[in-house]
Amino acid sequence: MTTEIITDIAEAEQGSSLWHDAWLRLRKNRLALAGGIILVAFSIIALLTPWIAPYAYDAQNLDLGATPPSAQHWLGTDIFGRDLLTQIMYGGRVSLAVGLIATSVALLIGVTWGAVAGYVGGKVDAVMMRLVDIMYALPFMIFIVLLMVVFGRNILLLFLAIGAVEWLTMARIMRSQVQQLRQQEFVEAAISLGLPPGTIIRRHLIPNALGPIIVYTTLTIPSVMLLEAFLSFLGLGIQPPQTSWGLLISYGAETMEEFPWLLIFPGLALTITLFSLNFLGDGLRDALDVRRSKD
Amino acid sequence: MWRFIGIRLLQAIPVILVVITVTFFLVRVAPGGPFSAEKAVLPEVKAALEAQYRLDLPLFQQYVAYLGDLAQGEFGPSFKYPGRSVNELIGAGLPVTAELGLYALLVAVVIGGIAGVIAALKPNTAQDYIPMTAAMIGICMPSFLLGPLLVLVFGIYLDWLPVSGWGDIPGDKILPAITLGSAYAAYIARLSRAGMLEVMSQDYIRTARAKGLPEWQVVVKHGLRGGLIPVVAFLGPAFAGLLAGSFVVETIFQIPGLGRFYVQAAFNRDYTMILGTTVFLSTLIVLFNLLSDILAAWMNPRLRAQFGEN
Amino acid sequence: MINTVSRLLAALLVTTFLAACTGGESNVEIGNREGILHFGNGSEPQGLDPHVVTGVPENKIVRSLFEGLAVKNPWTLEPEPGVAESWDISEDGRVYTFYLNPEAKWSNGEPVTAGDYVWSWNRALHPAMGNQYAYMLFPVVNAQAFASKQIEDFSQVGVKALDERTLQVTLNEATPYFLQLMDHYSTFAVHPETILKHGKMTDRYTKWTRVGNMVNNGPFNLKEWKLNRRIVVEKSDTYWDRDKVRLNGVVYYPTENIVSEERMFRVGQLHTTGTVPLDKIPVYQAMENTPYVQSPYLGTYYYLINTNREPLTDVRVRRALSLAIDRVKLNDTVLQKSNFPAYSITPPGTMGYQPPKLFDYDPELARSLLADAGYPDGEGWPEVELVYNTSEGHRKIAVALQQMWKDVLNIKITIANQEWKVYLDSVDTMNFDIARRGWIGDYVDPNNFLDLFITDGGNNNTGFANPRYDDLILNLAPQADTQEERFRLFYEAETLLMEQMPILPIYTYTNKKLKHPSVRDMPSNLMDSLNLKYVWLDADWDKGAEK
Repeated sequence: MTTEIITDIAEAEQGSSLWHDAWLRLRKNRLALAGGIILVAFSIIALLTPWIAPYAYDAQNLDLGATPPSAQHWLGTDIFGRDLLTQIMYGGRVSLAVGLIATSVALLIGVTWGAVAGYVGGKVDAVMMRLVDIMYALPFMIFIVLLMVVFGRNILLLFLAIGAVEWLTMARIMRSQVQQLRQQEFVEAAISLGLPPGTIIRRHLIPNALGPIIVYTTLTIPSVMLLEAFLSFLGLGIQPPQTSWGLLISYGAETMEEFPWLLIFPGLALTITLFSLNFLGDGLRDALDVRRSKD
Repeated sequence: MWRFIGIRLLQAIPVILVVITVTFFLVRVAPGGPFSAEKAVLPEVKAALEAQYRLDLPLFQQYVAYLGDLAQGEFGPSFKYPGRSVNELIGAGLPVTAELGLYALLVAVVIGGIAGVIAALKPNTAQDYIPMTAAMIGICMPSFLLGPLLVLVFGIYLDWLPVSGWGDIPGDKILPAITLGSAYAAYIARLSRAGMLEVMSQDYIRTARAKGLPEWQVVVKHGLRGGLIPVVAFLGPAFAGLLAGSFVVETIFQIPGLGRFYVQAAFNRDYTMILGTTVFLSTLIVLFNLLSDILAAWMNPRLRAQFGEN
Repeated sequence: MINTVSRLLAALLVTTFLAACTGGESNVEIGNREGILHFGNGSEPQGLDPHVVTGVPENKIVRSLFEGLAVKNPWTLEPEPGVAESWDISEDGRVYTFYLNPEAKWSNGEPVTAGDYVWSWNRALHPAMGNQYAYMLFPVVNAQAFASKQIEDFSQVGVKALDERTLQVTLNEATPYFLQLMDHYSTFAVHPETILKHGKMTDRYTKWTRVGNMVNNGPFNLKEWKLNRRIVVEKSDTYWDRDKVRLNGVVYYPTENIVSEERMFRVGQLHTTGTVPLDKIPVYQAMENTPYVQSPYLGTYYYLINTNREPLTDVRVRRALSLAIDRVKLNDTVLQKSNFPAYSITPPGTMGYQPPKLFDYDPELARSLLADAGYPDGEGWPEVELVYNTSEGHRKIAVALQQMWKDVLNIKITIANQEWKVYLDSVDTMNFDIARRGWIGDYVDPNNFLDLFITDGGNNNTGFANPRYDDLILNLAPQADTQEERFRLFYEAETLLMEQMPILPIYTYTNKKLKHPSVRDMPSNLMDSLNLKYVWLDADWDKGAEK
């Protein structure tokens, strides 16, 4: 009797109305909405950068050198006399793309892997999680060097490689969540009803673990962006004059006493993006929270 | 419980063996050898060097010989530092990095945990926003930026703390520990807030509240246990990651730790050193992941019951 | 609960800061008082065995522990007595007879003998030793043959102990720079019994260089060696010239991160740094009584061109690329005037030799050369890639040049930043179009730069091959009767080289460091040759300024 009711509720709530309700709730959360709008705006700017950037991204003026913000260069120039605003706009294209693609890859692999391991348990779980242990332990840099040598320099490949490394912790978190949820009444009920495991994972386990997933995703995005900067800095990522926020920040950090604007503005761009993501993430989490919404 | 630990420890053997094998062949395929140098090396010199390090043997024989050494607890001589064994280098770097990692983790757990729980108790109020904003800034602030910033402010402008070193000048451990710990503190704050929110809406918490228990007892006795599970799952790999990832902080503060050896070994193609640090690290990762799984199981009442039955 | 926690935290913070603030006296202040030099040394040395190590940081330490037969004077770079108190050179310049100082002692009190040198050079040249600098001894008769296993009997090599204190060395041909080589660590003597006590003669990895084991003959002895932390040496009381040594000790720091190193200098943790971050140079230059020291250094920064690859096979293309580089502007802006624009491979003024300057920044000519080669205004320009190894300085230069080429020639050159070992592999296998390169002289002589480009030379890496050039460098110059004649031949060779332009010279290196004003008698010189036996610390440095 109770099991039926619970499945019914769950079924109903996972249906199209879930997303509709979530959207209604999200709209009421001003911070989340603002975050979403900023992200969309940044993405549009990134897409349109080649047409709207004030200067060519590689146009140098060596005689000018590094100058603080001025009427010609709103955010100042770097040591090559390149317009910083233009650099940040182009850098955003790389950083947003790496954040989006690498994180999606990590999310997709990590959530599936962790959910399956946690749900199935037993030997499958053991093998899957030991594979995760192995991946953790391999020397990551050698791995990237080899990828670059074998496949050549390719931005997309770099994104995938980063994603392929970042999924590990996600898998562990997802697994521990699923293990915990699996013993809750509504999941046990669903199992006893004979629902196929795929459906249970998709309909009951993942939605209920959304909180930690969303939070960890918002944590993964900055670490992915910084990892890209680290790899690029070592010559394993994008090549100059291409740039990214992470690279701009790492160059800026070197000269923060002499030319602080070279650190502050790229740093602001990254910080605003991450805050927006974060508010949107929290908003989404609250909006999608099945149980809290019943309060 | 003991059976569970025993099984996991047994599983560690094939894991580490796979790691060794993959790493052994991976590093050999990477371009550039341990003895390539900027000024061209004479062929005779190169041959002599390779002979001294057994690199002239067929690859598979090298592999077998390496496993033989390993079975005796020998990681072999370092290629980059002639006269030093990998055991010695790890022995020199590990205590430093472990100490640094421990302090950093302490900073992370104390500050991050408290901030996260406090924030979760009153979501969407100032009590939530302030610690969480600080945490966000901590996440945005990579250690290659935070380290120099702290050094400039506390080391140079205020002249309160040393700018580098480890155990040489009193107080020189403070800035590195904060730099390394802050990113993790931010993570832990976010994870624990989310975990707590998740748990505090569970039925058993409502039951506890309904029983009329004071709120802090509900939080501490019932909430923390479930709420910190994601944090614990994160901590295992995080500590192993701290050891490997302390490279940046060790470089900024000139700390003689394992992180520098680990990264430099990859750059130098110091085959034995890469393998040695990797084997060592994989052992740590397996152990810490196991530890965090045990802890998570212990914190999860139902899983604990299961262990008890076994 | 929250209150308690915050109070606890506050208390913790206060106590740690109070504990940290108590010190006050810096390394430099203590060092000045006690005669201890705090030296920023760049990186952890690979080791301290003179026949094994290769780098600059190793050199700085090894030379304080060991001494060669003849030592470069740090002011003039002229050879002065080291282990040998005097020497004779035969009429034809081929036989050197060194008379060892009877006071020259190992740190265990035993005298340094001519026999030790014969044994040590056997070790340095031994094929099983894998000494990367064995070639420093190749001017010696049969040394190269022995090192490359053509002969097995070391007694055929031209080094003999005539008696305990007389060492006779026979060279293949007159080698004007031979005495300079006696100050290179690969020609240093090591203590045979000590090495044999810890392993075979040719073992690279024994423990003989550890604290307590090492027996050495220099002005300082090894006192402490903490990996990646510091190396401490203290004044030796067996060194023959100990009365001249004024420092009581030196502490070497492996300051890998140059930005951190600069900060350590700023708070008084270091007396001297190995280098200075580029962007800090103007700041220091603007200071009164600046600690910044910049002086010429025997090295050239250049780009290799792969002359086997289209379109770089065409000399007009290579010249166009070179002429389109505004070296003066590059140096004045991106490089902060910290170097000298270079138009040839040999640094100007090497032993009095002036290299040819055949070209200058000339965008017009560059464009017309490129047009002649079939790429008018960059039309039809194929993909060309510039490779450099990871480093801020290399990146800045590459980015600036990329734009200069684009502006002047309207061509696109892509940049590839490669991790160090990948880069070495690319250069070694000539898997590049254009690649960054730097060459630091091993000894002060144009030959050290010009013999890089002999056909199939190990460091040629460009595919440049010219029989006349080979003949000039390998046969004619070594047999020249006078230095003027020799330099004239070098000039002819270098002119040939720069007409063909298999390399793009960018700048001549300078030595840049920060040096605390209390450090005295540590002069800058072309080789960055450091002789710590002369250095002293003036504890009253600031009082002198007031008078």
